[in-house]
Amino acid sequence: MDLALIIISAALVNNFVLIQFLGLCPFLGVSSQLEGAAGMAMATTFVLTLASVASYCLTAWILEPLGLEYLRIVAFIVVIAGLVQLTEIAMRHAAPMLHRVLGIYLPLITSNCAVLGVALLNLRQQHSLVESTLYGFGAAIGFGGVLIVLAAARERLAMADVPESFRGAPIGLVTAGLMALAFMGFAGFAKL
Amino acid sequence: MSALVVTIVATIVVAIVVLVSLLLIIGLVLVFGARRFGPDEDSVVEQINAVLPQTQCAQCGYPGCRPYAEAIAEGRAEINQCPPGGEEGVRELAELLGREPLPLDESRGEHKPPLVALIDEERCIGCKLCIEACPVDAILGAPKMMHTVIAAECTGCELCLPPCPVDCIELVPRRQSFIWPLRFNSSGNRTDNSSASPTDKRETEHA
Repeated sequence: MDLALIIISAALVNNFVLIQFLGLCPFLGVSSQLEGAAGMAMATTFVLTLASVASYCLTAWILEPLGLEYLRIVAFIVVIAGLVQLTEIAMRHAAPMLHRVLGIYLPLITSNCAVLGVALLNLRQQHSLVESTLYGFGAAIGFGGVLIVLAAARERLAMADVPESFRGAPIGLVTAGLMALAFMGFAGFAKL
Repeated sequence: MSALVVTIVATIVVAIVVLVSLLLIIGLVLVFGARRFGPDEDSVVEQINAVLPQTQCAQCGYPGCRPYAEAIAEGRAEINQCPPGGEEGVRELAELLGREPLPLDESRGEHKPPLVALIDEERCIGCKLCIEACPVDAILGAPKMMHTVIAAECTGCELCLPPCPVDCIELVPRRQSFIWPLRFNSSGNRTDNSSASPTDKRETEHA
């Protein structure tokens, strides 16, 4: 029950994009096309889940026994960058077209602050390995979910009769703001 | 005092060793991954394809730019068979592949500034023949309805001209987006932006 609550908390109640405002760059950058957004959501889910596992293992088995906790940000960034590179290699091999659609945003998962944020929040909330994994997975589901929802909305908006000065990024930001407002309705569902 | 120094040095050494070995392990994993799954010969084709103008006009004798790129990579085709790319394209290909630039093969067509197809909508009878001929799906229309060209998608390949039974399609110079600052030609007159093409601009800059 607690574990399910962790996923719900990370995905909805404390949604990383709309409540904690982490990872806004890919949220607005890759959400103009549904196809690209779905690919980005999958890539980020993969990286985010693995990164939370890897950062837990790194902290618990290497950094803490050696008393090197102060190196954790550097070490996390290195691990995340490595994971992103692996994802990119795998994606170029498996789905070259998706690789081209995502373009620069794929390597930029490295600097997606949601990824580092999850690793650091896991540490602060003293999650176990299983909890860390689920928290990372939940955060990824939340990120991917709102990314896909925003992409779907923006695809509709591209066809809509939007006032000229609001076309493109402004209406995207307004949409994201309204979504954040809606997500505030989840507040209080889970305390984590 | 010396014990303290030893402790500090030990801490620093441990930190350095841990970070370096972490980087080493990740680096090794990445190298292995890149060797195992990385792009091999395909990347040459991709690079050639990126240089080609993507008009899909088939003037090179291949169905499109990608098959031509594959043919160049395999040595089945020369690098001078692409009229839309022009001399500039041949030069870029020669540079990419480390070959001698060849003069453009004029028998395949002459180099023209970027064009875009325009359908005379009064005369169009809605026969759909040009839609089937278009290699990039840039023509929009339905049977017995007027057709039109999506200018942003049109590559100016001229493949829609022969099938048209009423000759209602013509190719006009592509209208460029506004270029700032204004450019002047050698006689001091302002050049018309609508007729200026990226190729012209390049040539002007070289001259």
